[in-house]
Amino acid sequence: MSDTPSAPNPPHRLPPVALIIGALFFLGLVGLMLYGVSRSDRPDRDSLPSALIGKPAPAFSLPLLHDPAVKVSGRDLLGAPYLLNVWGSWCPTCRDEHPILTRFAETKRVRVIGYNWKDERADALRWLEQLGNPYMVVVADEEGRTALDWGIAAAPETFLVDDHGIVRWKYSGAITQDVLDRQLIPALEKVEAASSGKARR
Amino acid sequence: MLAEVGQVLLILALLAALLQSVLPLVGAQRGIAPLVAIARPAALLQLTMVLGAFVVLTVAFVRQDFSLRYVAENSNSLLPMIYRYSAVWGAHEGSLLLWTLVLALWTAAVAEFSRRLPPVVVARVLAVMGLISVGFLAFLLFTSNPFERLLPAPVEGHDLNPLLQDPGLIIHPPMLYLGYVGFSVPFAFAIAALLDGRIDVRWLRWTRPWTNVAWAFLTLGIALGSWWAYYELGWGGWWFWDPVENASFMPWLAGAALLHSQAATEKRGVFVGWTLLLAITAFALSLLGTFLVRSGVLTSVHSFAADPARGLFILVFLALVIGGSLLLYALRAPAMGGQADPRRAYALNSREGLLLANNLLLSCACAMVLLGTLYPLLADALDLGKVSVGPPYFGTLFLLLMTPLVLLLPFGPLSRWQREQGQRTLALLAPWAALAVVLGIIGWFMAPQGKLKTAAGIAAAAWVGAGTLYVLWQRLRGGGRANAETWGMLLAHAGIAVFLVGALLVEALSLQHEVALAPGKAVEAGGYRLVFEGVDATDGPNYHSDRGHVRVYRGDREIALLHPEKRMYASGGMPMTEAGIHPALGGDVYVALGESLGDGAWAVRVQVKPFVRWIWLGALLMALGGFVTAVDRRFRRLPEKS
Repeated sequence: MSDTPSAPNPPHRLPPVALIIGALFFLGLVGLMLYGVSRSDRPDRDSLPSALIGKPAPAFSLPLLHDPAVKVSGRDLLGAPYLLNVWGSWCPTCRDEHPILTRFAETKRVRVIGYNWKDERADALRWLEQLGNPYMVVVADEEGRTALDWGIAAAPETFLVDDHGIVRWKYSGAITQDVLDRQLIPALEKVEAASSGKARR
Repeated sequence: MLAEVGQVLLILALLAALLQSVLPLVGAQRGIAPLVAIARPAALLQLTMVLGAFVVLTVAFVRQDFSLRYVAENSNSLLPMIYRYSAVWGAHEGSLLLWTLVLALWTAAVAEFSRRLPPVVVARVLAVMGLISVGFLAFLLFTSNPFERLLPAPVEGHDLNPLLQDPGLIIHPPMLYLGYVGFSVPFAFAIAALLDGRIDVRWLRWTRPWTNVAWAFLTLGIALGSWWAYYELGWGGWWFWDPVENASFMPWLAGAALLHSQAATEKRGVFVGWTLLLAITAFALSLLGTFLVRSGVLTSVHSFAADPARGLFILVFLALVIGGSLLLYALRAPAMGGQADPRRAYALNSREGLLLANNLLLSCACAMVLLGTLYPLLADALDLGKVSVGPPYFGTLFLLLMTPLVLLLPFGPLSRWQREQGQRTLALLAPWAALAVVLGIIGWFMAPQGKLKTAAGIAAAAWVGAGTLYVLWQRLRGGGRANAETWGMLLAHAGIAVFLVGALLVEALSLQHEVALAPGKAVEAGGYRLVFEGVDATDGPNYHSDRGHVRVYRGDREIALLHPEKRMYASGGMPMTEAGIHPALGGDVYVALGESLGDGAWAVRVQVKPFVRWIWLGALLMALGGFVTAVDRRFRRLPEKS
């Protein structure tokens, strides 16, 4: 077995290089924390991206809320982008985002599809009657099976799916004007630019 | 009126802390005895003031004085009395006040139990702790004042976060803080030694019990948190690698390394610089943990969007304390290691060598947890996209680092200091290794599932357990009496064996069923039959509850009636799950309510968790080991005044 691991003449001062590297490392860490602090008041800082982004939207086939006999599938929606908004009448936050979503839907810029999640049909219909129905169609997922494929963990959540059925953007939590202006509309512009670019070619 | 008293007490505490830190430091550097003598009374004065402020805040909660913003935000008139006390530390401001109080308590304890140390050393240690108090008191007063008034006073308050309305969470934060803050003692000692420019190993002996006690409290705190997450979050998991859990785990790992390196330094005079660095690191990580939890920098179940002004304040403080300490270390420590002393040389398989391996592995584990915790922030800062680092990363790396630690563990206490004869320890332990392997193989064949993990868990636990018992037997057989330090070490190591059983066997053998049950229907899981008898509505003091009734049978015998609950607190918010648990040493039956499916039927999550109790039992043994070590009489035989 080997003997002393220590050097013959231990240095009595730290080499300057080590000091500088150490200081840089420390300052880097402080800088990182500073960055973290500066964004710590943003409520959306922790909206984790969906694993679905850049991937095809999960295939689904769900009955319409207003007419359960009719089923809508993901394929029916191809050809133009759509916004899928997950809501439930039991969800107070959905009520908060409703006016903003309604105003946005009225611009007719993109199809807004409602995704009624784990809800009672009667409650959901009453909710829409009371607050207004901004959705082009509403699909109902009473048991929440399809929601698993979408990775929906909580309502409200909103997905932007492009004309080829690829998920481009996702937001967890209530859509605010800020989210709309800063995130959704830029994401939508990108989707529109891509599809018109392809059309020109 | 009372609140203003609290306010004034906090200001006085800040002044006392300034007195405690500045004057003795000057006195110690310049050799002015009267200034040195101020440290002790100032520390006691500071404790009195902080304790006064804490009592005032508690009284405000008990009396429900909603004119205090903090009280109004964190309690309401329905809150049961016991939670009015614990609500004091239920949110940011009060939790910082608790931190400060615990620091003042440790400081006063140091002042009280250091009578036989040289006054200059005590003055420096108390001054360093005083500086930390100054930082936290200023933080309280300038950004997080718990005594802020809310005018006009609301008639009713909000509520204490319902997640925190739980017996486990009453004592979790105080335990955790006793641990976190306890590391300030070895830290202050290290800084004092660095300021002095030399370290006396006899004084180092004096810090060892403090480190042990702090680490033991931290162990208890973490175990309580894990236990709470297990029964309160309704998922049946016990550790999630959540940033806030990691924040408490990092100082624990550094503290565990520190315990061992302190022992080597005290007994053999080796690893002096390393021990100083670890003492700084353990406390720095405690501060970092407090910062991460309190600033909302990281995403976690515990944190919410926060006020950047607070984060900035605590970050600047953190940078000054940690940066200053490390700079001091970098400038002074290399000269303090002393000449390479041939009398202290050691072989790689000696006890020093093994302690070094222990330290390297624990430090690597700590660095890896730090990296994994901060990586999402780093990735976001560098615009690499948002990522979350989860169990796959931590689990894999932890396995890699802990496997050698577990394998080497029994060798440590058996080997001799400095020089070991070739394969002696290996020969001594070979039969026990064989026993562990045989037991592991038996486990492999008996396990219905998770064979590899079962085998690994049993073998690892048997190896550590048998190795530890063998050391005990050897010591007792030698006619020598084991002292408290040895008993503590053995208890803690046995705790690791017990913990290994729990952690690995739960992982391997847990069963989980998610079933829809109508009243009267039954489900079978792991030899148990659970009969669902429906859910009825009951009311608690400040919540409505859907309370399920589940009878648990083993064979034909009824062994438990469980009541899993879903609670809606009157103050609103998410429903809280209260799992129904039938605890047993051999395994828990764990039932949590999911959604109502109509017609009295419910989605029910049934889990069988073999040996899950052993996880916390192991932690308890480790903590006990820390406490027992600390009472060793050798530590009380303080160095004569030199």
